[in-house]
Amino acid sequence: MTLVFPAFVLWMAAWWLNTRIAGSSLASSYAGRVAVPVVFGLTVLAIWELVVRGLDVSQVILPAPTVIAETLADETGTLWIDFRQTALKGAISGYVIGCLAAFSVALAIDRSPYLRRGLLPIGNFVAALPIVGIAPILVNWFGFDWQSKAAVVVVMVFFPILVNTVQGLADTAAMQRDLMRTYSASYWQTLLKLRLPAAMPFVFNGLKIATTLALIGAIVAEYFGSPTRGMGFRISTSVGTLELAMVWSEIAVTALAGTLFYGAVTLVERWVTFWHPSQR
Amino acid sequence: MSQAAVIEARNLDLTFETGDGSIQALRDVTLEIGKGEFVSFIGPSGCGKTTFLRVVAGLETPTGGEVRVNGTSPDEARRDRAYGYVFQEAGLYPWRTIAGNVRLPLEIMGYSRSEMADRVNRVLELVELSGFENKHPWQLSGGMQQRASIARALAFDADILLMDEPFGALDEIVRDHLNEQLLRLWDHTGKTIGFVTHSIPEAVYLSTRVVVMSPRPGRITDIIDNPLPRERPLDIRDTPEFLEIAQRIRKGLRAGHSYGD
Ligand SMILES: Nc1ncnc2c1ncn2[C@@H]1O[C@H](COP(=O)(O)OP(=O)(O)OP(=O)(O)O)[C@@H](O)[C@H]1O
Ligand SMILES: [Mg+2]
Repeated sequence: MTLVFPAFVLWMAAWWLNTRIAGSSLASSYAGRVAVPVVFGLTVLAIWELVVRGLDVSQVILPAPTVIAETLADETGTLWIDFRQTALKGAISGYVIGCLAAFSVALAIDRSPYLRRGLLPIGNFVAALPIVGIAPILVNWFGFDWQSKAAVVVVMVFFPILVNTVQGLADTAAMQRDLMRTYSASYWQTLLKLRLPAAMPFVFNGLKIATTLALIGAIVAEYFGSPTRGMGFRISTSVGTLELAMVWSEIAVTALAGTLFYGAVTLVERWVTFWHPSQR
Repeated sequence: MSQAAVIEARNLDLTFETGDGSIQALRDVTLEIGKGEFVSFIGPSGCGKTTFLRVVAGLETPTGGEVRVNGTSPDEARRDRAYGYVFQEAGLYPWRTIAGNVRLPLEIMGYSRSEMADRVNRVLELVELSGFENKHPWQLSGGMQQRASIARALAFDADILLMDEPFGALDEIVRDHLNEQLLRLWDHTGKTIGFVTHSIPEAVYLSTRVVVMSPRPGRITDIIDNPLPRERPLDIRDTPEFLEIAQRIRKGLRAGHSYGD
């Protein structure tokens, strides 16, 4: 009980500090913008630690951050194996295949009104399928290893990329298209020199949404069958054996991987769409 | 000057069907533009100047009458890349640099690398944008963007130039200067130019003929021959001859207005 009081004091102090930083000239500097979330994050962790220890919360309900950190350090080997299996093999390969496929289909749809009317509704339909329904089927088809997880990821990322690309390809001003017509540009020239560059902000929207979906898909798919490794496998078995510190460690790895993945795509986006008002 | 008709419009009609009724943008427009002529179009907003230029460019299909460009249909002329078109707005592609934007038509038409570099340099110099090659459009003022769009239309050296208020966004001094440049270019190259403007002095200074239009429905109310010599220093604008033509245009515009409403 005694530790709950310091937790409260700490919270007030951190609040005061952050308001000061946000209100000061530091706020607009790089250091200031990094400091506020860091202070906030550290405060949350510290209060979590103090409250869990102070109230003697059971490890099964919520392990303290230090316990999770210990597990992270002790089990690095296992975590790395799981990460490779799920994130690198399942999520990334599914992401790449799904994005390429969706992008190609978007171009085909763009070229042919017949496909537009046929494929877009089917894409819509597939997007509406619940992942817990299709995952077992795909595991059945492609086996327990990462291939079936990649397949689930393909299904999940396909639709957002497709819709965003189709929408982006339509996002040109009439005058920009007229200009191409005065040059008597071919379909492909117009596509390459006008419509694809103009579509990029939309495409990257889809790519960013898909990063999160890819990780979720790869992890959840492991609940329906996997070899004895993988982040989803570890989470479900560790919950079963009440090793909650391990579960939280996997969650921490997932959060970190998701953030890095999203950040990487955002960096590429900034480089490709530097010209867009939202980037410059 | 040879007078073979480069642009021929006969009894041209164009009606836009819109959600709330139809708009007659052009009615019974008949006009012939000879090779090497500089024809200005002037008239109040909405009188169909842009629409006429777009019909000539094959971007709009007339609902009646006939248009010939170089003796062919506007569509064929477009495919032959017979004209350069300067739109009312600059419309530069933001992902391309200024040089990249000017290079765009050249890339599409398959010019060689060295030829592209030459031409880009030449036309950027002409519109006084040398040194801005590697800037992006949003880093330039509106007037500079408009000049870049003019350079883009000049880059591939078509025999016909269709210009929709190209100097509307420019300040007086730059405008004077570009007027001079354009006149010189026209004199040297013998291009046929169709030029939309809202400025009476600009129309008189530049053209061999001025077409006065009036709205609802868009039609030609007067065509005024300009007897000024081809060689025109800027201060020709203060001579009585110049002012007299300007006066006639102003009268034509007023007349069009009074029975237009
Ligand atoms: N695509 C379109 N659909 C419907 N109406 C149109 C379209 N384009 C032009 N119009 C109408 O046709 C008429 C002539 O338009 P136009 O753009 O040719 O005028 P303008 O003389 O160029 O005017 P401004 O000097 O303002 O540029 C206007 O009434 C306009 O509303
Ligand atoms: Mg106009």
